[in-house]
Amino acid sequence: MALQSLDIVRRSATTTRSPEIRQPPAGGGVAKLIDTTKCIGCKACQVACMEWNDLRDEIGTNIGQYQNPRDLSASSWTLMRFAEVENPKGDLEWLIRKDGCMHCTDPGCLKACPSPGAIVQYANGIVDFHEENCIGCGYCVTGCPFDIPRISKKDHKAYKCTLCSDRVAVGLEPACIKSCPTGALVFGTKDDMKQHAAERIEDLKSRGFENAGLYDPAGVQGTHVMYVLHHADQPQLYSGLAQDPHISPTVRLWKGVAKPLGIALMAFTALAGFFHYIRVGPDETNERDEAEAAAARRSLEKAS
Amino acid sequence: MSAIPRLNEADGAGPAVVRPRELIVRYDANERTNHWFGAITFILVAVSGLALFHPALFFLSNLLGGGPWTRILHPYLGLAMCLSFVFLASRVARDNRMQPRDWQWLRQYRDVITNREDRLPEVGRYNAGQKLVFYSVATCLALLLLTGITIWRVYTTGYFSVAVVRLGSVLHAIAALVLICTIIVHVYAAIWVKGSVEAMTRGTVTPGWAWKHHRAWFREIMSRAANPRSGAD
Repeated sequence: MALQSLDIVRRSATTTRSPEIRQPPAGGGVAKLIDTTKCIGCKACQVACMEWNDLRDEIGTNIGQYQNPRDLSASSWTLMRFAEVENPKGDLEWLIRKDGCMHCTDPGCLKACPSPGAIVQYANGIVDFHEENCIGCGYCVTGCPFDIPRISKKDHKAYKCTLCSDRVAVGLEPACIKSCPTGALVFGTKDDMKQHAAERIEDLKSRGFENAGLYDPAGVQGTHVMYVLHHADQPQLYSGLAQDPHISPTVRLWKGVAKPLGIALMAFTALAGFFHYIRVGPDETNERDEAEAAAARRSLEKAS
Repeated sequence: MSAIPRLNEADGAGPAVVRPRELIVRYDANERTNHWFGAITFILVAVSGLALFHPALFFLSNLLGGGPWTRILHPYLGLAMCLSFVFLASRVARDNRMQPRDWQWLRQYRDVITNREDRLPEVGRYNAGQKLVFYSVATCLALLLLTGITIWRVYTTGYFSVAVVRLGSVLHAIAALVLICTIIVHVYAAIWVKGSVEAMTRGTVTPGWAWKHHRAWFREIMSRAANPRSGAD
């Protein structure tokens, strides 16, 4: 919301190019790195998100685990997901993952959105919803490979993490980053975050986590929210984090080739009719038809 | 242009064999109301659907009062259209059953599009093209209704997995495209075959029109008129 139109590189339901007068930002844009190996599940980030964005979700009920609220919602844009996993050695691993918008480089929500300018992607990589243009159709939910956007029951607008685009625009880090007590959340250029992650992964490997790695899925051309995982080979252990997220082929068909082909098909049908009329002309009934009809009628009456 | 004088020829000015103003009723007032109610809902639902289908057509959402209103109204308009078609189909389905002569009619599509009806087999109340339009509309509407339920976010999407919703979305678009193309054909055929529009606006056709385009139907209603007992419907 707070960035300027010159910073918009992609806009939903827009077939012409966005402003490209500026050079792309150095360092591959911004990125948030979530180091699940350092996370203690304190939920300070959830609170900070509520505070900064002025969101108050409904009070839920205790479901016998730490995860609270139970799921993302229009008023809960980030959520610590707690997974209790028994590893092959028989030990319990408590895998905690801060869930929220991944800010994909190839965003499924933006591809699916039918309303011009309701979803934008900034040059720095942030994917933002402009709720004043949102029509509430929920196509962003259909398009998202991570099941992130939520439609509000109150106003029927779509909501999700903005990566604090308003804070980032004025040189501040996102609210969640500021609140993290362990340094599990860090923010900077994407290149810097990858480098920082590489150091963390090396350290983890040296301490026995040989499958530690960075989650920056290529299926969506990378994300501007990345994870360091102890088990990067099994992201699904982290409360079902997608193994190979990508925009579904069904959504690609629907929002890709179907659109121009569909318009062409309708235009062709209408033009075929028009030119048939021009070339062949109307099929008219003339006096002879009326005379033949009258004669046929008389003979039918005579026969009965 | 000749459509209007043709009707007047029956007023006695034409050849003596034509009896004055004996028009044949093809659609009664209820059928016409039903048809045009369906047509109006189709236009609105197509306009709102196209607005959501392609960005170049998003401006059509203004016709329904903007994007959110388009999203709100579209499913209700769709339900109204489906309901309207159920009533219409209950009146015309019987006359739309395919018969052997219909396949011959379709095989001679070249004669159809070059206005050589004289070479075609006799046609009943509906020709094979009209019957195909009927089946296409019926199939598309059934598909649109089923897939529409999966993508009606406010009420029913929550009952389906995202994979079903994605499939529903693309099938909804495809069924809508086929339906729109079918209706384009339907509308063009009415413009092409003069006298057809009057059948659905005034409810009547001239005997010559029925003789030329639906001869078997003409014979049927004429023999029924001549011999009311055997033709009781």
